[in-house]
Amino acid sequence: MSAEKSSTYHKNGTPLPAGVPQISRRQIYENRAKRRSIITASLSTVFVILLLSFLIPLTPGWEEVKKSFFDWNILVKVFPALLEAFLVDIMIFAWSSVAIAILGLVIAICRNASSPAFYPLRLFGTIYTDVFRGVPVILAIYLIGFGIPGLGLDRPWNNPYIWGSLALILSYSAYVAEVYRAGIESIHKSQKAAALSLGLSQMDTMRYVILPQAIRRVVPAMMNNFISLQKDVALLSFIGPVELLRQAGVYKSLLANFTPYVGAAIIFLSVTIPATRFADHLIQKQNKQRSQ
Amino acid sequence: MFHKLKLSFYLFIALLALSMPNNILAGNACTNGNLVNPGVLTIASGNPGYAPWVLDNAIEKGKGFEAAVAHEVAKRMGFSGNQIKWVSASFDQSIQPGVKNFDFNLQQFSISADREKVVDFSIPYYTANMAVLVRKHTIEKGAKATLTSVRKLVWGAVANTTGMPFIKTVITPTTSILLYDDNADAVGALKAKQIDAAVFDLPTALFISAVQMDDGVILGQFPAADSTNPDHFGMLLSEGSPLRACVNEALSSMKSDGKLAKIEAQWLQNSTGIPVIK
Repeated sequence: MSAEKSSTYHKNGTPLPAGVPQISRRQIYENRAKRRSIITASLSTVFVILLLSFLIPLTPGWEEVKKSFFDWNILVKVFPALLEAFLVDIMIFAWSSVAIAILGLVIAICRNASSPAFYPLRLFGTIYTDVFRGVPVILAIYLIGFGIPGLGLDRPWNNPYIWGSLALILSYSAYVAEVYRAGIESIHKSQKAAALSLGLSQMDTMRYVILPQAIRRVVPAMMNNFISLQKDVALLSFIGPVELLRQAGVYKSLLANFTPYVGAAIIFLSVTIPATRFADHLIQKQNKQRSQ
Repeated sequence: MFHKLKLSFYLFIALLALSMPNNILAGNACTNGNLVNPGVLTIASGNPGYAPWVLDNAIEKGKGFEAAVAHEVAKRMGFSGNQIKWVSASFDQSIQPGVKNFDFNLQQFSISADREKVVDFSIPYYTANMAVLVRKHTIEKGAKATLTSVRKLVWGAVANTTGMPFIKTVITPTTSILLYDDNADAVGALKAKQIDAAVFDLPTALFISAVQMDDGVILGQFPAADSTNPDHFGMLLSEGSPLRACVNEALSSMKSDGKLAKIEAQWLQNSTGIPVIK
């Protein structure tokens, strides 16, 4: 590295006098390669898009497909109502995600309890994750959403929002617990030993040494879980709440047209794409930190 | 000589008759060349089919109102027995762009102007009143068959039906409506007391209250003329289908000679005595 830095050149390759902003030969090469790859990538993308937008309308059914999936007038007509229904999704997501993050951590700690006295906790954690990861979310929603209120609860305690959210929380915290556990187990045992030998209690070791590192490590993986939670919130519509997907389905059936679903997809994407990019950004940042 | 000629003439006629295209293909002049599967009439229905429209989820047996209507329409179009092919197709499959797998589809599809833009409907074969299904405890708590009384209930409906716009425009409830995938889910919500009342077409409501619920009561019905969007059930055909005329012809002949009324009397419960909600 140092050898390269000492001999600097202008962009065109001539040696530079000292004091001028310096750019190494390696950087020149890399910049050029980068520029070339950007140009190639954009050209090939434009080409593919042009090809698709030329070829698809040539298919015999395009007019019909366009009419039933991409009807601009219908989209404009239903979009405000779809947005309003999306508020229901956001609401359910907001309280569920907080509960999932907490419950998942509790389950993960249960599974990690090492003292023999805590064996029942460990057993509970294991069975919990096994069961709720294995059961389809939709079944959990039906079973808890209709089943528990059916036991004889009265309003407001039989509200589908409460029990539907609980089903989501139970299912998702099983996944999230596994992510936490992976994070906890990725912290080297020597850290725990060191903390204990310094006189920290088991709980303090977990709280001040292991968890802060573990959680930081699993944040990107966690983001993925929450992105898929954001879509699965729509499953609550099976037990009554009229959220985005259901509202789109109502319009689909009334208008005999699939465009409302496209509208719903646009709304979902406008949230999930930035969230996914953010998760990617976090992963990249983490990778950089690790390689330093 | 003359005798011989006469004989050969008869022979010729007989041969001609034999060599004529046999009547292999069923149907009448109306359907020729217009069927999805040549020579057979392909009729679609829902899977599962719900009573009292289709009994035992087997429309081919002809039991249930829609099953009987389908058989009779087919008969009047010139098809019977194994000249009819039965398939299942959901509402979504029926409105998707592209080729359909049926000649006509019947499963309580309500005719509406918006749907007419995408598919074709026959003339209605049944006009259903909307009915309100509740549980006994709701009536005990004082729900009455008046608009002001039912407005305070928590309402549910099946999402794919015209129930939701009906509740919104006619009943205008004070709390938000809950929607379900099918009849079974809506009944589940009634049982879990998450909703007080659900709208169904009257025959379905009668069936559910009689068979699927222990304490289901029909609070009342809305006469079709009263509602802004009466539920006229029509047979669904692909847009511009030439078969529509044949189906309509069969249906109107069934209406005029009383066969349709007879089928209705046989399969649908008598709904007199159910209070009208005002």
